[in-house]
Amino acid sequence: MYQTSDIKKGLKFKMDGAPWNVVEFQFVKPGKGTAFTRTKMKNLLTGQVVEKNFRTGETFEPVDVETRSANYMYQDADMFFFMDGETYEQFPVTEAAMGDNAKWLVDNMECNILFYEGRAITVDVPNFVELEITYCEPAVKGDTANNATKTATLATGATVQVPLFVEQNTVIKIDTRTGEYQGRVSK
Amino acid sequence: MKGRVLAADAGELTLLADGHVQRFDEVAGACRPGDLVALHLSPGGGWQVEVVFAHPTGEFPGPGSDAMSFARGRFATLRRRAELLDRTRGWFRERGFLEVETPLLVESPGTEVHLDPVPARLTPGPNAEPEPRWLITSPELHMKRLLSAGAPPIFQLARVFRDGERGGRHRPEFTMLEWYRPWAGYEALMDDCEGWIRALAGGDRLTYQGRAIDLTPPWPRVRFFDALRERADVVEPERLDPDQQLLAFVDRVERTLGVDRPEFLVEWPITMASLARPAPHDPRVAERFELFIAELELANAFGELTDAAEQRRRCLDENAERRAHGRPELPVDEAFLAALEEGMPPSAGIAVGVDRVVMLLTDAASIDEVVAF
Repeated sequence: MYQTSDIKKGLKFKMDGAPWNVVEFQFVKPGKGTAFTRTKMKNLLTGQVVEKNFRTGETFEPVDVETRSANYMYQDADMFFFMDGETYEQFPVTEAAMGDNAKWLVDNMECNILFYEGRAITVDVPNFVELEITYCEPAVKGDTANNATKTATLATGATVQVPLFVEQNTVIKIDTRTGEYQGRVSK
Repeated sequence: MKGRVLAADAGELTLLADGHVQRFDEVAGACRPGDLVALHLSPGGGWQVEVVFAHPTGEFPGPGSDAMSFARGRFATLRRRAELLDRTRGWFRERGFLEVETPLLVESPGTEVHLDPVPARLTPGPNAEPEPRWLITSPELHMKRLLSAGAPPIFQLARVFRDGERGGRHRPEFTMLEWYRPWAGYEALMDDCEGWIRALAGGDRLTYQGRAIDLTPPWPRVRFFDALRERADVVEPERLDPDQQLLAFVDRVERTLGVDRPEFLVEWPITMASLARPAPHDPRVAERFELFIAELELANAFGELTDAAEQRRRCLDENAERRAHGRPELPVDEAFLAALEEGMPPSAGIAVGVDRVVMLLTDAASIDEVVAF
């Protein structure tokens, strides 16, 4: 069993027959009273996000979920197809399970896919990806010490903020968790 | 330009210099992340890098390292924090308050049911036996002893410690501002809050986490039970037991407080009176208020309880409740009770979480962003 002190971002537990993932949590202790953990949690099946206040001392049931590593193959209509790197089994992932991470997907990208009762329910892409800039305003040379940025469109269609001196057609490294530019990739 | 290399690749350099992250292009010469370097303008344009200290591994900064958090702008916040503390001291001094310092290491940390003081051991003299002590959870008991001794209005910026309290708005060690006005009612403290926070904000508008807050005084005052009635749809909140009152408050009221204007939540149930005196017009409530701005619980204030017998009763009740909750009993502060017995003028006192005020005024989402470590 988990305690309220185990609650952290990414903790998965079972409640009311569904798997939940903690999205955000906050320790609250108003008016010098008892402590609560205000928890924003996502139903991994429906995507519904709810907020609940757990009183210190409440317990939670662990949930049985499995993570598998698989490579992205192709998209067909609103399904994304992946292949398990070990068993070569191919399986579909719904748009809902893919979520925002779809914008970083390139052929053969290795992703971690979370399964609940045999069904793919969420997809984690690598923390860092390297993608080519397909469009941005021309570069500005020289000392760009004041952190000014411009918008660049990447090969996958995603847009990110990059420093002014970065050129079109450059391959850059991006942190997919924040969408932040990390640097140019040397050729 | 001198600083620490955060990233170096393809002639592009990211430097942490003078507390800011700066990017340079067309940099000649080799260096690795973590190196301390000086950049010199090259005659032909661009920069020449000189390595002053070579980092032992070149693997820098590690994720979650101090350098990483400072690289992300912590120094700017620390400068602003220092400024806000200076202005706070100035604001209270100009109004005739005396700044005081009282012990952090004490023989009795108070008996509050839901606060866990951090224990310590002190050897009080050469060859003496070690004795139990605690770090304070608030400087209030000593500050009230000063009032009993005839102090003028006083304020203190103190480090306080609360074991086990950790979250986006809680740290077990934090900075508390407390001020006390002898011979004054707790309404005077609400005026102080309005004046002080507006002085820090430098105007009547501020934005916190994308939300515009209007600081124009007077700030609305909402009674605790009215808030439960109006915001949590509780029909007779006075009849709920204290646990249910607090749960309804956490579930449905707290998130509505101070959303676009600061709000004072006043007249708390007498069961949550803490060290506040009963309101003269209604014995079911205490002269206690809390200040909320943008949902942040910033301040807790009392019309101070000065009745020594009632104070002793509350301390004993609190210890009994601590026992019931499986928490250790704590020694009652006899010096504080003796001061009340000698007579403490009717007074009003308030405690403010300074780190949260800095969060509000630097638009920081988490308390960790407004402290150095």
